[in-house]
Amino acid sequence: MDLGLIVESISVLVHGVFLTLSLTLLSLVISFFLSVPLSLLRASLNRTLSASVLAYTYVFRGTPLLVQLFLVYYGLSQLSIVRQSLLWPVLREPFWCALITFSLNSTAYTTEVFKAGILAVPRGVVEAAKALGLSRFMLIRLIIFPLAFRTVLPSYANEVIGLVKASSLASTVTLLEITGLARRMVSETFAPYEVFLAAGLLYLLLNFTVSIVFRFLEMHLARSSIRVSKNGTAYPVTSWLSCPWKAMSKRTHTNPSTHSL
Amino acid sequence: MLNFALQFFNGLQITVVLALASGVLGSLLGLLVAIVKLSRLRVAALFGQTYTTIVRGLPELLVILVIYFGGTAAITALTGRYVEINAFAAGVAALMIVFGAYCAEIFRGAIISIPRGQAEAARSLGLKPWQIWTFVILPQMMRVALPAYGNLWISLVKDTSLVSVIGLTDIMRVAFVGAGSMRAPLPFYLMASALYLALTSLSLASFRVLERRIQIPGH
Repeated sequence: MDLGLIVESISVLVHGVFLTLSLTLLSLVISFFLSVPLSLLRASLNRTLSASVLAYTYVFRGTPLLVQLFLVYYGLSQLSIVRQSLLWPVLREPFWCALITFSLNSTAYTTEVFKAGILAVPRGVVEAAKALGLSRFMLIRLIIFPLAFRTVLPSYANEVIGLVKASSLASTVTLLEITGLARRMVSETFAPYEVFLAAGLLYLLLNFTVSIVFRFLEMHLARSSIRVSKNGTAYPVTSWLSCPWKAMSKRTHTNPSTHSL
Repeated sequence: MLNFALQFFNGLQITVVLALASGVLGSLLGLLVAIVKLSRLRVAALFGQTYTTIVRGLPELLVILVIYFGGTAAITALTGRYVEINAFAAGVAALMIVFGAYCAEIFRGAIISIPRGQAEAARSLGLKPWQIWTFVILPQMMRVALPAYGNLWISLVKDTSLVSVIGLTDIMRVAFVGAGSMRAPLPFYLMASALYLALTSLSLASFRVLERRIQIPGH
């Protein structure tokens, strides 16, 4: 083990952090905005709407991300409609293909996470808000979503960490993010231990930062809800505060609400 | 496409065997780590905690690459000539390490959920420690761990596709080679998706059945 090489690898791999972060953060933002309306549809009482969203989440959560990425990157270019369309300059670039795939994949997971939160909002609260005459939009914006988001914050943190890790797959479509740079460096130096150790350290640092951010977000939200109301049952997330790492679990494939014991 | 049916079938076999092998080994590893983490041995518990914390913070692809290239480098250094390690063995080892880390957390939580009195009652009946584990704690913790374990298994099935990156001819690799040689990526990757979806659906259904079977009526 060569300590100097580890330091050198870190200084090279740091250049990939920007790409890893931009892939992660952009797909995070896109999937957040897509999954809010989708999760409302998924949680709705209308069977057809709920089932059609379920079909989307089921397929995207039931197939490997790598297959989805290759379908978008290699598969779409086979269709001449795509090649002749205005979107072709975008779909030709590996970055946009990776971003589209990660966003769609993450939307599927996040939709199910949010849906579990929406279903966990107490009925009485919704009825009380309706009785006060809140419009449908205000009901969602002021009552349902803030409560749901608070409940699912730990699962959402897992989803974000999963996304950081999933961004490593971008290296398979020639993108030089952390893993891509590491693979190139290993083939040049043939020193796998040092280079991959450096890459691992960077990923651990990123994921640790994510869990710290979510810990603070949770504390902040828990505190603000104490100030607003004295309702002690509104924040069932405090157990997670003690250790952020313990909360990390695999992205759940099935509906989390039916599986909590 | 039809010429590749046999290859897809072989790929499917490799994917299933890979998932089963790393799943079984990973479960054993996870159980061991969970027991170690709950033991009174501080050093061992710390080792277990370090293992689960680090592995769960790393991308699965990176773990696979480390095992494959690291293993090759190690054997090359030992024997003095370039030896590439078997992709299947590297895949099983890497997925076992990943699966074991998540399993350990699930099992640890499940073991904690079993009331202390159960083990104490078993001890007062004169059961030996291994008997307490196999006849009292394990059967009860299975019921608690099963839903999360099912999710984890499905993740494992999907993660096997990453082993194609180091050249194992699983479903994903067959699709990749076929797409390249026939210059028709779309049908090949759609076929791969369908096969994976079938595998995950089958797993989901089996775990549902299993959960219902071991459920205690009225609970």
